[in-house]
Amino acid sequence: MADIVLDKVSKRFPDGTVAVQDIDLEIADGEFVILVGPSGCGKSTTLNMIAGLEDISDGELRIGGQRVNDKAPRDRDIAMVFQSYALYPNMTVRENMAFPLKLAKLDKETINSKVEEAAKVLELTPLLDRRPANLSGGQRQRVAMGRAIVRQPKAFLMDEPLSNLDAKLRVQMRTVVSRLQKQLGTTTVYVTHDQTEAMTLGDRVVIMRGGAIQQVGPPQELYEHPRNLFVAGFIGSPSMNFLHAAVDDGKLRTAIGDVPIGERIRRELTANDAPRELILGIRPEHFEDAELVDDETRRRGLEFSAPVDIVESMGSDKYVYFTVEGERASAAELEELAADAGADFSGGGASLVTRLSAESAVREGEDRRVWFNLEKIHLFDPSTGRNLTLHEGRSSGALAD
Amino acid sequence: MSVNATPAGARVAAEESGKPAVPAQHSGRRSKAPLSENKKAERKLGWLLCAPAALVMVLVTAYPIIYSVWLSLQRFDLRFPDERKFVGLENYVTVLTNGFWWTAFGVTALITVVTVVVELVLGMGLALIMHRTLVGRGIVRTAALIPYGIVTVVAAFSWRYAWTPGTGYLANLFSDGAPLTERASSLAIIMLAEIWKTTPFMALLLMAGLALVPEDLLKAASTDGATAWQRFTKVMLPVMKPAILVALLFRTLDAFRVFDNIFVLTAGGNETSSVSMLAYNNLIRGLNLGIGSTMSVLIFLTVAVIAFVFVKLFGTAAPGSDEGERR
Repeated sequence: MADIVLDKVSKRFPDGTVAVQDIDLEIADGEFVILVGPSGCGKSTTLNMIAGLEDISDGELRIGGQRVNDKAPRDRDIAMVFQSYALYPNMTVRENMAFPLKLAKLDKETINSKVEEAAKVLELTPLLDRRPANLSGGQRQRVAMGRAIVRQPKAFLMDEPLSNLDAKLRVQMRTVVSRLQKQLGTTTVYVTHDQTEAMTLGDRVVIMRGGAIQQVGPPQELYEHPRNLFVAGFIGSPSMNFLHAAVDDGKLRTAIGDVPIGERIRRELTANDAPRELILGIRPEHFEDAELVDDETRRRGLEFSAPVDIVESMGSDKYVYFTVEGERASAAELEELAADAGADFSGGGASLVTRLSAESAVREGEDRRVWFNLEKIHLFDPSTGRNLTLHEGRSSGALAD
Repeated sequence: MSVNATPAGARVAAEESGKPAVPAQHSGRRSKAPLSENKKAERKLGWLLCAPAALVMVLVTAYPIIYSVWLSLQRFDLRFPDERKFVGLENYVTVLTNGFWWTAFGVTALITVVTVVVELVLGMGLALIMHRTLVGRGIVRTAALIPYGIVTVVAAFSWRYAWTPGTGYLANLFSDGAPLTERASSLAIIMLAEIWKTTPFMALLLMAGLALVPEDLLKAASTDGATAWQRFTKVMLPVMKPAILVALLFRTLDAFRVFDNIFVLTAGGNETSSVSMLAYNNLIRGLNLGIGSTMSVLIFLTVAVIAFVFVKLFGTAAPGSDEGERR
């Protein structure tokens, strides 16, 4: 077991493309860190560099305090789990799991007992003499995990290990991975493009975009205090609503009404180079049916009225989609996020996703009054993507002084 | 039929050994029925699709084979057409007790074993180079394939001239004159010509096999602690096994029928005849249809045995068995 330190690590490919740029990251011993981001953000390249499968162009990588830049994968004492599982098709489950131990020249008895033990943990014992071709996807995935844990390596590296499983099994395996990591206490770096996996699994989440780290922190912190537009849009499902907001006379004119702003942000906006246009971000759960809000809460927010487009009842609550007039928020980050989600179609006008209480009597087609929480909104600079409501790492809404 | 028996047997075995484990499977989704209606229909379609090719094969190969078997059972020398008569297996006794036949057989076996082994090693090297080359991939591949693209007889002549004393650029490297007039050096040159010519073919077949090895598998092996050599022997070779066996089968069958190079380089002189050469000499030059056909049949039988052994070796790795890749 060991800590992993990336010190200004970069990856340039021979054709000049920069996949990863100056990454600084310290992963503590026993920590579970998730690298997440849209495809092409450099997360897998970063993982491969830690594994030694990809050369490091610049910077230093230390595992357990030791510089390993020039060490071959086999000398780094790490175990990797692949999206394709990468099981050796010519070997049985037992042989697959014993393979790294055999290469390490352990004696037969030790190998056997270690394999049996790992098999027991992952409930693979009855499958030990089968070949990968005769296993289901979930079983293959467990064998891949088993092959990683038998060695008790310094670190586990997982490259989208659950992506090939169907949705239900993925949720199940998520808890298995989580429990296993806690049990073993081995440093783990886990790559995924799925923000739900990132939120649920990791001690800390690293959000990457275009080869650079956007923000590092515990999942809840990233969710509540996103540093920029990209992080705000990437984390959360359904994702945050973004609205165009024009700065006008100490107020923000938006499609859902004029939003007052607090002293601190106003000060920032009076600077000469301050943007005149902002992007307002609100998460779906910070809306509520105006009928269901008590007076005390009502004072902390604003109300608006809009036509209801679609109502999706989830049982515990309702996702309600509104169409609002006005300009759509635009920024490079938002386009990138939309492209990654495959959402190049969105119809006309801006639309809002809200999560209302299940008790709400909202119906499709009607106009509905909706309340939203001013303390929870975020304001972003469209050109830099910076979150203006963030002060010393905390976000405190538009009204903060 | 034995081709099909092995994988089917393996499947049944897998099915049985799988049964006790089924309750423990959380996620088992595979069908337990050995042959569903769908699969039966698929199999039937498979036979139907093969039928035209099989029919043509029967027409163009079965008839000549049967005819030469018929000829091999007769005394039939075109120089003495009147003495033609059915002699049973007498021709076989004649051939199989004849020193020339066994010398030729030994020469052929030697050429086959040596060339195929050397070609496999060189071809694997070449395939690895072509597979790994990132720059000028097209040029490298084209260059490597040139020998295979040259007509064998033409290539053989260029080798003959090269080894001809006085004018040949290779013959002059060796002081004592004419290498094609001595048995050992002649055989070496024949094998060299064969290897030079067909290594690219081997490389091409092996490269197709290399493409079957998933990149992740090699990455996994290197993080598991395997050296480059261990990755090659423990991961690549087993995954490539079917492709290697196919390549070996093709080349062995080809090599056993070696003819053109010998014909041009030595014309069988100094006991360098292969069995094909000998059969040709008896059948076409000697006009002895009986003995010539007997030799042809014997070559055919040997080749059949080689093929049979290889197919046995394929086992569950035989192409078309669904052991390896099940979806």
